[in-house]
Amino acid sequence: MTDIFTKPELDRRTLLRRAAAVGLLATPAVSMLSACVGSSDEGTQDQATGTKSADNPLGIDAKAGVEIVIFNGGLGTKYATDVDTPLFNKKWPDAKVTYSQTEEISTIIQPRINAGNPPDMINNSGSKLMDFGAIVKAGQAADLTDLFAAPSLDIAGKTVADTLVPGAVEQGSYDGKPFAVNYSYTVFGLWYNAALFKKNNWTPPTTWAEFTALCDKIKAAGITPFGFAGANASYYMVRALLTSAGKIGTEQVLKDIDNLKEGAWTNDAIKQAAEAWAGIGKNYINKTFLGLRHTEVQLQQNQDKVAFYPCGSWLENEQAKDTPSGFEYAIAPYPSVTASDKLPATAINAAAGEIYFAAAKGKNPQGGKEYLRTMLSKEAALEFTKLTKSLTVVAGASDGVTISPGLTSANDAVTKAGKDVFMGYLFDTWYKKLDDESRAAANDLMFSDYDAAKFCERMEKASQAVAKDSSVTKFTRS
Amino acid sequence: MRHGKYPFIIGFLVVPVALYAIFVVWAYIQAFYLSVYEWSGLGPVENFVGLGNFRKMWDDTLFWQSIKHNVFLLIFLPIITVILALIFAFLLNVGGGQKGGVTRGVWGSKVYRIIFFFPQLLALAIVAVIFGRVFGPDKSGMINGLFPESWQPWLFLADERYAMGCILVVLVWQAVGFYVVLFSAGMGNIPTEVYEAAAIDGASRMTLFFRITIPLLWNTVQVAWVYLGIAAFDAFALVNIMTVDRGGPDGATSVLSLMIYRNAFEFSQAGYASALGVVLFFLTLTFAWVTLSATRRESVEA
Repeated sequence: MTDIFTKPELDRRTLLRRAAAVGLLATPAVSMLSACVGSSDEGTQDQATGTKSADNPLGIDAKAGVEIVIFNGGLGTKYATDVDTPLFNKKWPDAKVTYSQTEEISTIIQPRINAGNPPDMINNSGSKLMDFGAIVKAGQAADLTDLFAAPSLDIAGKTVADTLVPGAVEQGSYDGKPFAVNYSYTVFGLWYNAALFKKNNWTPPTTWAEFTALCDKIKAAGITPFGFAGANASYYMVRALLTSAGKIGTEQVLKDIDNLKEGAWTNDAIKQAAEAWAGIGKNYINKTFLGLRHTEVQLQQNQDKVAFYPCGSWLENEQAKDTPSGFEYAIAPYPSVTASDKLPATAINAAAGEIYFAAAKGKNPQGGKEYLRTMLSKEAALEFTKLTKSLTVVAGASDGVTISPGLTSANDAVTKAGKDVFMGYLFDTWYKKLDDESRAAANDLMFSDYDAAKFCERMEKASQAVAKDSSVTKFTRS
Repeated sequence: MRHGKYPFIIGFLVVPVALYAIFVVWAYIQAFYLSVYEWSGLGPVENFVGLGNFRKMWDDTLFWQSIKHNVFLLIFLPIITVILALIFAFLLNVGGGQKGGVTRGVWGSKVYRIIFFFPQLLALAIVAVIFGRVFGPDKSGMINGLFPESWQPWLFLADERYAMGCILVVLVWQAVGFYVVLFSAGMGNIPTEVYEAAAIDGASRMTLFFRITIPLLWNTVQVAWVYLGIAAFDAFALVNIMTVDRGGPDGATSVLSLMIYRNAFEFSQAGYASALGVVLFFLTLTFAWVTLSATRRESVEA
């Protein structure tokens, strides 16, 4: 564990200057290294339980306290203190909820898990989140099968699992068993200013021909039709391209990429998507965007200098202070590339995130799960969305409620997509090096050589290099 | 008295030597050790691969690209910085000619000296952020903003051809001030009589510079050259903060130090990063040795 202090790159005297320059001292890495969660079986304490009934499907002890720890980050903590806890106590007035928040989850929680005294419900998030796979492997996360099978708190006749968007349970499952609730929900697509589009009588395209025709009109109006930030956010473009590929050939195309399957990147779907997007890059992008950062391009969109921007649904909240009044964020699914796309034009890429889990070895795991059930109620989900401007995995929780134009639009897009919502890919978090290559390749494709075949070849080569590299830990999905 | 000498000296040395041994020497040894292992940076080090990491490096095009960029900096950073610093130092100290038997700098040289030193006071990270704006690729960039509206903006860092040049400009800008001060100090040690004698013989300022200043300053220049060479092997902070896609576009500004950092901390390839570190270690050592032995010549005693 002390190896971190003798990291190989310490061989230069300039280390401190560098470390300070990137604002990255060794500390976070130390906490990552110490993330080997002890799986001490000894001393499992008495856990509170009650009798299961229709009203108490998880069988919690109505008098036992529940301890929760919330990560204090972009989402804040108000949703827990002002919404979830009161809602929980409305049903269980005698169960005292002990709340605390932290900005450093692993610093606070990991010692307690290792000491066999974890809080009952934990929000594992932020830059110091714990390696959740390791927690599951160490048996420290409670199996949530009963939670998902329990009836929803306020949607009659449905189990908790039934009320969630497609893929939400799977995303928190390890080897087929659910251990985490991924609560927030991000929708990816083409963002535009609905007010500007209305004024000019432009409608979001559904086919590629419509897309390019509209781009021509936008260009004629003196606005850059499409843009993304090459300097630090070209992975937004990677997501756009791969979402198009997923729509051409279904999510299987993306699964193959994640599984490092040979030929995954030279698949026709990827080729067609890369070709289509290269055309956009060639004709409709502003070359200077290669040197800009995401905030700069997003600001230009707020100033109506850029029409379409590929991004996730956090965009509206991120830009809140720069968005002029009269600017209405709206999202369009990526248009179909070919007439024979396997998924319809409405299909959309959306993924759940932000882990909440019940500790397996706490004093009151069932209470922790009941708290999660409260969070997954329609009422709590709606309030969460109102407070954080972020959708939740509770399907349609904010239907018909106007919170902000962008959220309404994202919600509509998911509803329209129906079963054609797909999670996308994971290779970018699994294989950082491949992620890095894809960013450079996307910039190259969109800003300089517009060569789809080269893009595919290059990514295929990088992907196979990772596949053959025994020093890289591999993951698979199905 | 004699018997007390060694404990006294050892008493002074033990702490610094121990610190150096633990935090520098031991780190070097670890890096050498790790470079022959395949290690992610987490968990036990057990997968011995011999020279496998070095073979991987040989096939890594980004590695060769990075070496190329380091060599580019190695050639141009010392040359440009030393020449500029020498000219400035000469002007500040001797350039104003003589008055009353005293050589002086050009008018206002005291103010210039302070201004030249300013960049040295700024943290490299801040310099990088500032120059990121100076080289902004659209009209909001400082340089592009100076051009008429009708001109196509220069892409600077977003153009593979110029990106490395931009880095070089910033490095030179940052370094020149320090070497002006260093050379000024060196020139201060050159006795004025020498200049006087030359001036009486009718030497022009050019002759003074080339025939007196440079030869008498040779040792300082040599040291500056080595320092700048080592700085050219670094350039990490600037590349990491300023460039497109960190080391881009498409590897056009990647340098060895950045590769080491990214492999160790981002790609979980600590073994490979160590191997890169070992290569960097030998490159730096070779450079210092070559420079010192190639520039060795009789220093002129004044």
